[in-house]
Amino acid sequence: MKPFLEVKNLSVSFPTQDGLVKASNDISFSVARGETLAVVGESGSGKSVTSLAVMGLHNRNATNISGQAILNLETGPIDTISASPEAVRKLRGKSMAMIFQDPMSALHPYYSIGDQIAEAWGLYNEGSKADGIKRAVEMLDLVGIPGASKRVKEFPHQFSGGMRQRVMIAMALVNNPSLLIADEPTTALDVTVQSQILKLLKDMQEEFNMAVILITHDLGVVAEVADRACVMYAGKIVEQSAIDDIYYLPDHPYTIGLLNSIPRVDQLEGKRLLAIPGQPPSLISLPRGCSFRSRCTYSELVPNNKCATEVPNLDEKISGHFSRCHLTEAQLVEARTSAGGQA
Amino acid sequence: MTEPILKLEGLKKHFESTSGGIFNRKKGTVKAVDGIDLEILPGETVGLVGESGCGKTTAGRTVLKLYEPTEGKIIFQGQDITNLSRRQMKPLRAQMQMIFQDPFASLNPRQTVGTLIGATFDIQGIKPPGGVKQEVERLMERVGLNPEHVNRYPHEFSGGQRQRIGVARAIALKPKLIVADEPVSALDVSIQAQVVNLLDDLQEEFGLAYLFVAHDLSVVQHISDRVVVMYLGKVMEQADKKDLFLSPRHPYTKALLSAVPVPDPIKGRSRERIILVGDLPSPMNPPSGCVFNTRCWKVQDKCRVEVPALIQIAPNHRLACHFPEPA
Repeated sequence: MKPFLEVKNLSVSFPTQDGLVKASNDISFSVARGETLAVVGESGSGKSVTSLAVMGLHNRNATNISGQAILNLETGPIDTISASPEAVRKLRGKSMAMIFQDPMSALHPYYSIGDQIAEAWGLYNEGSKADGIKRAVEMLDLVGIPGASKRVKEFPHQFSGGMRQRVMIAMALVNNPSLLIADEPTTALDVTVQSQILKLLKDMQEEFNMAVILITHDLGVVAEVADRACVMYAGKIVEQSAIDDIYYLPDHPYTIGLLNSIPRVDQLEGKRLLAIPGQPPSLISLPRGCSFRSRCTYSELVPNNKCATEVPNLDEKISGHFSRCHLTEAQLVEARTSAGGQA
Repeated sequence: MTEPILKLEGLKKHFESTSGGIFNRKKGTVKAVDGIDLEILPGETVGLVGESGCGKTTAGRTVLKLYEPTEGKIIFQGQDITNLSRRQMKPLRAQMQMIFQDPFASLNPRQTVGTLIGATFDIQGIKPPGGVKQEVERLMERVGLNPEHVNRYPHEFSGGQRQRIGVARAIALKPKLIVADEPVSALDVSIQAQVVNLLDDLQEEFGLAYLFVAHDLSVVQHISDRVVVMYLGKVMEQADKKDLFLSPRHPYTKALLSAVPVPDPIKGRSRERIILVGDLPSPMNPPSGCVFNTRCWKVQDKCRVEVPALIQIAPNHRLACHFPEPA
């Protein structure tokens, strides 16, 4: 079966006074229905920019976008990058929907929750306003908001952070979308509420058989909910694989470094954290060769200064496991174990 | 026994909430911090954790008397500082410093790094040997900043670097105690580890004591010797790190720990997770009895009526629960 979304060689850049900001470069991935793909990266790695491009939410006059983002609909494939803004608008909400990080600024403060959900429903359904409100109550019930019939009349400020995020999810799912992009859906929430929301997303995915793209910087969250993951660094995918391989057999020095730099609540030895030295490069003047080179501990192992001169390709080292690095597999095994062993 | 650097006895901070307007009627009291007993030894790190609104930041600020405590005692190096005036506090402030959460808001954008760090010496009237400029450059070097950047402004630095400026400023006067309020939560993962390591190194070098206020249990677990868990202004449980993380006795601690995602897919799938229902109640109107009773999965009638006292259940292990988990 074809995956629902296929992103091919997608690049997004922004012309600015200081130069061209290459926010995301040559991104390719796919997600099938019922599957969760995590896009992991730190701020500025290009994870949100990529997803906004898929949704057609960039201002086309101020952004250079190339590549394809193909939705395989029942009616045939459509590329959201080349399609007209009008056509993409007809996909949003119904074929693809998005949940944003900050539920306070993503909800309209002047309209009641019910009005906002009913409006989204009304875009694709025939029916009166009352029907829309009825549907909104059903959705609020589904996402676990107690007293939905009463709360549907309330305004965003009357909800707590976790409840607002539930409202966002209800609104995104009201038209039963095939693809859901969740951009840091739990970053603003406390851990106990985060686990509620992650469980809710998982349940909703099963109920609607959605393809889900989860954008996050939290490797703990990724481990819990994703089937596959892309790790992004400085606008490029540096590693992509099934979830267990990312954690147990990471194939890129950045992924290895990232895993070693996070303290873990399940490890009490109090080992010193192995921080990645330095900071990410500017997206305006990316270094030649590998973007991670200046922070990479292993680049000396590669002969002929190749890391400084040649951009590594995203190669499939083993089936389904892609990595963008010049190191040989033997050297990577060495790197994994010397870094403290993520076994 | 070593003398604690800081001792809190029943520390409380309540905020009066008023209606505003010409009558400014009293609407209620927010009990942001409602009784903390704590001792911090020199060179020790105590983690203060809890979800947003639990009072951990208020507690940290009250310890430094940035807020006037409502009740209780703050004893710093054997001296009761609870009722000291601002002027009396000033010389003591060299000994107690703070690192703030937001490295963007806590640095004056119109001052250079040199001025920002140097100001601590001017305020206390201290003349470091070799002069302020040299000392500032030495401090910058120590926290991993390039001393040549001494004339740059905060906006020219990244978030991690800015937090290093905050750290340099805090250690400038060689304090004994630093209250660090979410010092790494605004930073990216790879940068976060750098700052955590820096704090570790400085502690070893100067014998600093930290009160480390944070919501991220993974970070707290890594850095702390002892941990205090707060919920709606009250201490639920406090214990040595090992005891708290390996055998939490309070249902809230247990639920909180089980909610932290672990970067290990196989472990994550098999882990038992306690999902708490609902949200934190409003601190304006906390539940009667145990404040956690509205979300606790072990709640019984007694919990709704009677406030559980914080009692010592083992050396260094205190707990406030009527029906604790088995050890």
